[in-house]
Amino acid sequence: MMDGIHVKTTINGDAVEYVCEPDETLLDVLRDRLGLTGTKEGCGSGDCGACSVTVDGRLICSCLMLGAEAQGHEIATIEGMAEGGKLTTLQQKFLDHAGLQCGICTPGILVAAEALLKKNASPTETEVRYWLAGNLCRCTGYDKIIRAVMDAASDMRRSA
Amino acid sequence: MAQDSKLEARERDFSIVGTRPNRPDGIDKVTGKARFGADMAAPGMLHGLILRSPHAHARIKRIDTSKAEALQGVKAVLTSKDLPDLTGEDAGLKDILINIMARGTALYDGHAVAAVAATSKSVARKALSLIQVDYEVLPHVTDVEEAMKPGAPLVRSDLITQGVEPAPSKPSNIAKRHEFGHGDVSKGFAAADAVIEHNFRTEATHQGYIEPHACLANLGPDGLGEMWVCTQGHYMVRGTCAALLGLDVSKLRVTASEIGGGFGGKTTVFIEPIALALSRMANRPVKVVMSREEVFRASGPTAATSIRVKIGVKKDGKVTGAEAELKYTGGAYPGSGVEYGAMSAFACYDLENVKIVGWDVLSNRPKLAAYRAPSAPMAAFAVESVMTELASKIGMDPIDLRLKNAAKEGTKAPYGPTFNRIGLRETLEAAKNHPHYKAPLTKNQGRGVACGFWFNFGGNTCVSMNLGFDGTVSLAVGTPDIGGSRASMCMMAAEELGIPYDKVRAIVADTSSLGHNDVTDGSRVTFSTGLATINAARDAIKKLCARAAKTWGIPEDAVVWEKGHAKPAGGNAGKFEPLSLQQLAAASPSTGGPIAGHYEVNADGAGVSFATHMADAEVDPETGSMRIIRYTVCQDAGKAIHPSYVEGQFQGGAVQGIGWALNEEYIYGKDGRLQNAGFLDYRIPVASDLPMIDTVIVEVPNPGHPYGVRGVGETSIVPPLAAVANAASAAAGVRLTVLPMSPPRVLKAIEGRAG
Repeated sequence: MMDGIHVKTTINGDAVEYVCEPDETLLDVLRDRLGLTGTKEGCGSGDCGACSVTVDGRLICSCLMLGAEAQGHEIATIEGMAEGGKLTTLQQKFLDHAGLQCGICTPGILVAAEALLKKNASPTETEVRYWLAGNLCRCTGYDKIIRAVMDAASDMRRSA
Repeated sequence: MAQDSKLEARERDFSIVGTRPNRPDGIDKVTGKARFGADMAAPGMLHGLILRSPHAHARIKRIDTSKAEALQGVKAVLTSKDLPDLTGEDAGLKDILINIMARGTALYDGHAVAAVAATSKSVARKALSLIQVDYEVLPHVTDVEEAMKPGAPLVRSDLITQGVEPAPSKPSNIAKRHEFGHGDVSKGFAAADAVIEHNFRTEATHQGYIEPHACLANLGPDGLGEMWVCTQGHYMVRGTCAALLGLDVSKLRVTASEIGGGFGGKTTVFIEPIALALSRMANRPVKVVMSREEVFRASGPTAATSIRVKIGVKKDGKVTGAEAELKYTGGAYPGSGVEYGAMSAFACYDLENVKIVGWDVLSNRPKLAAYRAPSAPMAAFAVESVMTELASKIGMDPIDLRLKNAAKEGTKAPYGPTFNRIGLRETLEAAKNHPHYKAPLTKNQGRGVACGFWFNFGGNTCVSMNLGFDGTVSLAVGTPDIGGSRASMCMMAAEELGIPYDKVRAIVADTSSLGHNDVTDGSRVTFSTGLATINAARDAIKKLCARAAKTWGIPEDAVVWEKGHAKPAGGNAGKFEPLSLQQLAAASPSTGGPIAGHYEVNADGAGVSFATHMADAEVDPETGSMRIIRYTVCQDAGKAIHPSYVEGQFQGGAVQGIGWALNEEYIYGKDGRLQNAGFLDYRIPVASDLPMIDTVIVEVPNPGHPYGVRGVGETSIVPPLAAVANAASAAAGVRLTVLPMSPPRVLKAIEGRAG
């Protein structure tokens, strides 16, 4: 057994401490140690985007980052998205547009799409498609996902 | 009954069916709360991992597990000797036993050879590396044509071909010959003005569900067990695990987790009996989760195929003869599903002379599992490619050629039955009238059209509905919800009861809470679980009417149910204020106790379905890269319960088909090992590859369902391989006959054309 590493970090605004092994990914820490199973593992190699989270606001695959590397950073996961239980416009639009079928890719896609809309409030369809090209969905063919993101962006611009 | 249903479906004025409410599991799925296969834990849980063969074919001479067993934290190590063969005469079950853990011989790269359960993933990983396996590498074969040749390495030493007279005396890799059809094809071809024959190849593809297989199993020394599994059929998991491990079916309670895609790939077991056996050995809960690499190497991809199609037509477009020979390999086991390819190949057409022969071939590949309309897309690729070639040869519009020969009510299908009411013609007309069909194309672009057919299925279904005293309804179904079916069940229950959609909550019940339900497959859930839900509601309504009759002191048959209320049937029944479902439920303790509705059925009458797809492709002539720039699906849904999720099925199937046509393939090295066992190298379509996918929902009611529903999940993947091939061939100026149409293949074809 390898020696554990003590990590202090912030997850969804809360201070969190944990001990992880040196070879443990942030994804494993979130899911297995902290019970934050909303972040999914689809490949473990950074190809599917199901494990998308943000670190200090930057979108990453949590399967490609070590748990130990989270020291001192701010992590945001799907569990922190609906503040006070109120769905964000983006989350609501995924429901309204039937932007999910099985729902396994949905947390990663929402985290990625939210990161896009923070950078670019008026993305074109092409920009949405390329931004989300790292998030695989096998059920929907992406049509309703793209519509949900575009519609959310439009609503958010109106209310901004 | 069928006649009544037909009338009902046509005349009924729906208030909830056909609307687009939000799904009941939606909030959990956009907030990360929904619990999928790998999201569950149990006290004292161990982590299980499986060691897999690095060889395509090898005799296992010896397995030494002693070092792994001695490692601290290892609680169980399992090999095939820990799984005694209890399968008796059941050959299908025996194949599952052999597949979940190799018995003496590893039959493909990735075949399981041993398993461990340990206190952490890292200890389990270390333990796997300490297991020593001595292999004697054997000759292998992965190509379907090579596997059929005399002298090919034998995948199984004792396989005698079935369906051939006289039976061969020597074993081979050919498991079975199938034949379907009617009429005389040689007469048909003699009468044709034009005949085209082509050979086609398709590589194996994978369903590519984003959630790897996962389960949590707990089996005690008393034989009582619990399982949490991402599966399309938890009753199937229960039955198969119980049979393989010698357990009583009713002592094993299986709960279906939320499921992260299946597309047919989760209709069987791979890791589940192993997790359960490890749990029995360790006497602790064991969780097993496949890696993505394991999913590709060792779950169940599609068949790889070689297909020859020959079709003859008159100048006016009438097909006079159609013939196909299909060779499918579904891995190291019989059951490539070639018969479904053979049965569906020409099912879109009304043919006098048709013959299809199918060969089920073994090779050193993983054991095939179903993938959305299993076996049909490849056959449709070949047939619809030749149909489009013929249209061009006789100078006819490709939709007109298909309309000329389209199967209709009364057509005798090549696989035997005579169709009742079907909607193929309507989908063709919808495509022809769609603006897409007339839109201009530019240089390096081409348009393709193709039709597709799928049988659809009913099957064993059991549904319970319980009314709360507040008048809300709990609906328990036993078919895992793979794409929104709880929403459509709530809609049908609410429609029938006459109450609001949000007063019904549907759950997928565990195997101990509800009677047997077949797997979520065959596009059967909206049809058969829907049919059972409607009938369970009718059962509840009968009881509600009886309670009203009792309250009013009138005969039960003098009460009718209208818009959520019991009413006296007419003036003679007496004058009483209608009683709502809510009032009757609230009063139920004093009128006879709780009110419930049940329905059990082995559902028949699923209603076949058809689709016509249109694709526009653009080729880059310098690289051979092909891009889909426009796509339209026209499909008969019978009746769309929740149109958004029907469109979603159309779009999802189309895009999986686009991936199959352009990118996706199993690539085997000369050593028989899979070279692209990951999403980087096995490339499924991503958002930037695609246009929006337009949909037209055609509704030709299925007489076998109270609301007219036909299954929609599978038909949508049947036409796209061919629609894309026809578009790509038009764009490239050369007929493309090998899938996937990857850039190197397309470039080679273009260069061949120029030369």
